[in-house]
Amino acid sequence: MTTAPLRGAEQSAPPHFQPTSARQVKPALDWLFAVAVLAVAGLYVRALAFTPPDALQGMAQKIYYIHIAAWLSAYLAVAITALMSIVYLWLHDDRADRLAEACAEVALIFLTVGLCTGSIWGHRIWGAWWVWWDMRLTLTLFLWFVVAAYLVLRGAIEEPAMRARYSAVLGILAALLIPFIHLSVYMFSARLHPMPVALQPGAPKMSPQMLVTFLSSFVVFMLLDIAFIRARYRIGVLRELAAAAEADGGEGR
Amino acid sequence: MAPTPVAVEVSGLSRSFGRRRAVDGVDLSLRSGDCLALFGPNGAGKTTLLRVIAGLLKPTAGAVHVGGRALRDDARARAQVGLISHQSMLYRALTARENVEFAARLYGLADPASAATRALEHMRILDRADAPVRALSRGLQQRVSIARAIVHEPTVVLLDEPYTGLDAVGSAALSDMLMLLRSTGAALLLVTHSVDEGLALASRAAIMIRGRIVRHDAIGAIDANTYGAEYRALVIGDGARAAASVA
Amino acid sequence: MNGATRVPGTLTSAWLIARKDLAIEFRTRTAFLSALVFAVLALCIFYFTWDESIITAADRAPGVLWVVLAFSALLGLQRSFAIEDHDRGIDALLVSPISREALYIGKAIGNVIFLGAIELVAIPALALFYNLHFGRAMLIVCLIVLLAMIGIVAIGTLFSAMAVNTRLAELLLPMLSLPFFVPVLMDAAQASVRVLAGAPMSTVWPWLKILIAFDIVFIVACTLAFPFTLEE
Repeated sequence: MTTAPLRGAEQSAPPHFQPTSARQVKPALDWLFAVAVLAVAGLYVRALAFTPPDALQGMAQKIYYIHIAAWLSAYLAVAITALMSIVYLWLHDDRADRLAEACAEVALIFLTVGLCTGSIWGHRIWGAWWVWWDMRLTLTLFLWFVVAAYLVLRGAIEEPAMRARYSAVLGILAALLIPFIHLSVYMFSARLHPMPVALQPGAPKMSPQMLVTFLSSFVVFMLLDIAFIRARYRIGVLRELAAAAEADGGEGR
Repeated sequence: MAPTPVAVEVSGLSRSFGRRRAVDGVDLSLRSGDCLALFGPNGAGKTTLLRVIAGLLKPTAGAVHVGGRALRDDARARAQVGLISHQSMLYRALTARENVEFAARLYGLADPASAATRALEHMRILDRADAPVRALSRGLQQRVSIARAIVHEPTVVLLDEPYTGLDAVGSAALSDMLMLLRSTGAALLLVTHSVDEGLALASRAAIMIRGRIVRHDAIGAIDANTYGAEYRALVIGDGARAAASVA
Repeated sequence: MNGATRVPGTLTSAWLIARKDLAIEFRTRTAFLSALVFAVLALCIFYFTWDESIITAADRAPGVLWVVLAFSALLGLQRSFAIEDHDRGIDALLVSPISREALYIGKAIGNVIFLGAIELVAIPALALFYNLHFGRAMLIVCLIVLLAMIGIVAIGTLFSAMAVNTRLAELLLPMLSLPFFVPVLMDAAQASVRVLAGAPMSTVWPWLKILIAFDIVFIVACTLAFPFTLEE
């Protein structure tokens, strides 16, 4: 008769593990977040008080300083999600999955901001809350749906490894989808309307002051983007730790 | 006598779900004609182990070889394995015969129709072969499911609680079937809660707790009268130790 | 003793799976009939959503066709992996020697045939109710339908396999699939509008080219991605 020693009991709930990891997690809201928020506040003080209004568009043009920067931030976050999806399927590294999730959630916020501000601007300038022939607006709307589906999918799966795999598959397919939507919307709108020139960055004549505000809005929003993503990533770490602690506790009983 | 060939070789097999290690460094080797009964409490990782050996789950570490071929890479290795679980894996809208014949075709059998008939006959369900599975009782469905799993005469048969839901005729047919498979050189791995059932059939017995094989004996070394009590003592002792480590 | 066993090739096993799915469909007929009735019913209802004196039936027929096609496809795709999940029939497929790719291709072939059978009734019904003329234009429309169907099935089969393993199942499939149907539907609708309006083929081709590119890209991508959607 052979009896192997029971080593499982000490290993499954290592008591030292939990506190070490919790200490390793840095706070979600820290100096970078504060700096980013202050920078946004500063940007709007400058944009509203110290930048002259546009000669043609008037005050409506002020929305540029949030609208375009928000979209840029959103597209950056979406690109990271797609990239991290590939990395996850390749290396099966949990950090890639967590970063993909953080970026998708942040992207949804910036996409929403971009869509709302775009719609408000369109109402002033085009006289309609929504126009389908504007490629950027239309493409961003569909991107919004894809990102929303990505997050709903994540919410619908409990097993972490499966959630990571499924969302990575969706992330990669979405990256392949975007050029097709882009091309289709382009062909659809090219027939109806010449390409809008108003939204091309730099195309309308901007005063040097406006240009400085405009360019600094990019920098400020990139900063905010990174701060959001970093904070969301850390929240993800904390959530996983909490789930692991719960699983360990449940197993011990 | 020449040593019988190794049918399935499991080496250093681990499988984690997130941070939880369901299977933790299991080594097993079954020769043709062996039947290993694997006991263990709920959540010990028996089903996970079986699913990894069947190729349904990827191992986190370690490997499974069937007839010397790596299971994950070689379809011919998978063609040697049969899986019987507590889920029937049948399509309810199709008849028993269609289900078994479909399986036979998946394994590329030369004559799927007669292979299906043979398998159904072994499980004593040929008289209901043309009834849709939906119309069969749970126990009869289980018999069809077993016929489906062994239609390609696997050399390794994995059984997860196969006696669940079977009546006396079904149990007898299953036991006969397993004996026949063993006599033709198949290796069996039988996962069960029931110590009596397992010992009646097995040539070896093992106990799995928390993903590890904690005890492994040849059937000759076991006193069938006391094994059940020893098994329970192992499980309860482990539970007490786990509770102590949490507190 | 296992001399008789030989591993079937990818296409052979794909066809086995497609045939099995169609046999189940033929036996139960519930999904097919409900998708079919849905399609024809929707065609009829849409007729009354426009003012006949402003937009003629022939003008709105293509739009109606594509909306109906997309949603009846979802009904069939839903079932594709639901039948596997019920008694875990999929486990038997995964244990068997056939490859994961063969499983995906087989499922997709089954879905294309399922959807094709619905279109076989829906397109004549559309022509009947919306007074379209059968002729060369309709043949080209059928070709566009085929191209669109392949794209829809390539995506939908993959998402069906994913959705069945999630908590939301039925709800999730449309949510995942429809954004991916957008370019397919847009291209196919634009192409068929032009075909039915008698526009020259040179205005139709650009749309068909995107459609064909979409099919190729997503057949390849989804075949490669499919193994990741299975239990691992």
